[in-house]
Amino acid sequence: MTTLKRSTILKDQVTHYCPGCGHGIAHRLVAEVIEELDIREKVIGTAPVGCAVLLYNYIDCDIIECAHGRPPAVATGIKRVRPDNIVFTYQGDGDLAAIGTAETIHAANRGENITVIFINNAIYGMTGGQMAPTTMLGMASTTTPEGRGKHGEGPPLKVCELLSSLQAVSYLERVAVSTPKDVLSAKRAIKKAFQKQIDGKGFSLVEVLSMCPTDWKVSPEKAVAFVNDEMKKVFPLGVYKDAK
Amino acid sequence: MGKIRFDVHRCKGCGLCVIFCPQKNLRMSAELNEHGHPYAQENEPGHCNGCGLCFRMCPDAAIEVDQHRRKTQTQE
Repeated sequence: MTTLKRSTILKDQVTHYCPGCGHGIAHRLVAEVIEELDIREKVIGTAPVGCAVLLYNYIDCDIIECAHGRPPAVATGIKRVRPDNIVFTYQGDGDLAAIGTAETIHAANRGENITVIFINNAIYGMTGGQMAPTTMLGMASTTTPEGRGKHGEGPPLKVCELLSSLQAVSYLERVAVSTPKDVLSAKRAIKKAFQKQIDGKGFSLVEVLSMCPTDWKVSPEKAVAFVNDEMKKVFPLGVYKDAK
Repeated sequence: MGKIRFDVHRCKGCGLCVIFCPQKNLRMSAELNEHGHPYAQENEPGHCNGCGLCFRMCPDAAIEVDQHRRKTQTQE
């Protein structure tokens, strides 16, 4: 008999996330991967500003809280000073693709040997549903009540496609957490991204399409359907780069 | 076959486990837990097939599943 149970890397604390939020699933996957790779004593995380700001309350490993958008820069410093540690960042779309765009692109362009877990829910969650760089065309938010416009706000920023042109990037994959099959694929991708770092291959990033029922103003059931029916069309899943 | 256990204290009542249970064996409670959320429970205890899809989808790590392997003919 096998038992599926909560990873020992997850703390016993109930998360502050809203019901149906994809962050909880992503946290669990990161914890499971850390446990399976047996890197609990070597891993150092860097947390963003945004909904996942309290990451250190939930994942039981060393975690540094960074200034908004700066986890890739902080992770660069940690990894260069402590090259034997496994360093990852966990960031939302506001952190990684808006205020932290420069840090993200330059860390990727330098090929820093770090792993980035990027949660894309197409909206600013913590601040109450404003437009994010990843908000899709026509999608309403509190700052685009008529829907994001092609000529006003411009089309969404596609991070995997953007970074795939950089030579030094070792691994890019876009996954989702909106069906059980997607969750299993997401875990495999996160594990591979960590393995790339362990093998010294360089910058790896996994983009996770995630649900935000509260700021999308829908039920958790409809949020899952929105990721499956709408987001996957604009943000196709798949491996965008896997350098040998 | 399988056995499912819920951590009522952790459940926020999002219902993702209910949506994805292939046996349609889960539902939300009429009562609320200490945080004011309805919580997941089985329709009929003993009908879980141990697939673990609810465990995979639970954002709050509130579900544990025992997966009993069916004995194959060679094992018997």
